[in-house]
Amino acid sequence: MSLYHRPIPIFWWLERRSYLVFVLRELSSVFIAWFVVYLLLLINAVSGGSAEYERFLDRSGHWWVVAINVIALLFVLLHSVTWFGLAPKAIVVRMRGRRVPPRLVAVAHYAAWLVLSAVVAWVILR
Amino acid sequence: MADQITLEVARYRPGLDTEPVMQSYQVPLREHWAILDGLTYIKDHLDGTLSFRWSCRMGICGSCGMTVNGDPQLTCATFLTDYAPGPVRVEPLRNFPVVRDLVVDIGDFMEKLPTVKPWMIRDVDSPVEEGEYLQTPEELDEYKQFSMCINCMLCYSACPVYALDPSFVGPAAIALAQRYNLDSRDEGAADRDDVLTSPEGIWACTFVGECSAACPKDVDPAAAIQRYKLTAATQAVKNFLLPRGAR
Repeated sequence: MSLYHRPIPIFWWLERRSYLVFVLRELSSVFIAWFVVYLLLLINAVSGGSAEYERFLDRSGHWWVVAINVIALLFVLLHSVTWFGLAPKAIVVRMRGRRVPPRLVAVAHYAAWLVLSAVVAWVILR
Repeated sequence: MADQITLEVARYRPGLDTEPVMQSYQVPLREHWAILDGLTYIKDHLDGTLSFRWSCRMGICGSCGMTVNGDPQLTCATFLTDYAPGPVRVEPLRNFPVVRDLVVDIGDFMEKLPTVKPWMIRDVDSPVEEGEYLQTPEELDEYKQFSMCINCMLCYSACPVYALDPSFVGPAAIALAQRYNLDSRDEGAADRDDVLTSPEGIWACTFVGECSAACPKDVDPAAAIQRYKLTAATQAVKNFLLPRGAR
């Protein structure tokens, strides 16, 4: 019996919006890795003294570094938002015998994100 | 409303065709006719050689899944009028080999399904004289959603992970495993764990979510998979940190 196997088109990920978001989210891991590397470089610069730190800031001011970081920020936001979209599916919380609505689980995640961001901003900007 | 609509149907005749070709048929556009009624009309009145699967015609048996205008659908629950004025493109379910016309080979799913042991497992069966295993409505609610799966395989057809990696156990099989894992009467979660936590199991899923969007029974297999990821991850941490007796 000769079965027909439909070939997967190269641009299969453009067939649906959800497929495109999925591929972009997978790609976002590269930018997450970039932020980790960037943070390590920052820590290394800080530990190297003020001159080293100034050089790091100068390098970070180049237009292409700013551009990469803006793009990375957008991908990290996509990564975070899609992760928070997954959380209510994975986490089933029960209170007084009733399931907490999934929307509340998502809201709790966004609230925690907001609080942590505020704490980090306070530590840096105070 | 026009009284006819065009169905563009994928035809694949093994031995004659090297790949599917589209063939157009005019069928009556009637208010209560589903796509499946249109296909049946073709079979009865226009072209008796057309092959497709169907059985119950009421969204229970899961036999008539096809790709309608690019989306995986149960053709008995998808109405012609929703696609008027047409044409409507009807193709076999994607991600499965095509046997003939709209009939796909479901052997891969049938082999995978028993690997997750989707049946009740008890350490020791209670004697029949003791009666049923009782369950509260709350315990029923824990798994009821996942028990609604009708094995129609629309979720496999929608899943790009399965398309790219056919070794993936897949959404329906994992949802059915969870249906038993979450059943208060079942004691077989450990027996299913090896398959579910294998690289071809839950961890292959990247949460595209199209399986849940395609599911005609609102089973939400994506939720079943994400939920078991959390269960498996929590268990892995416990295994690492706690002594054997406390896990």
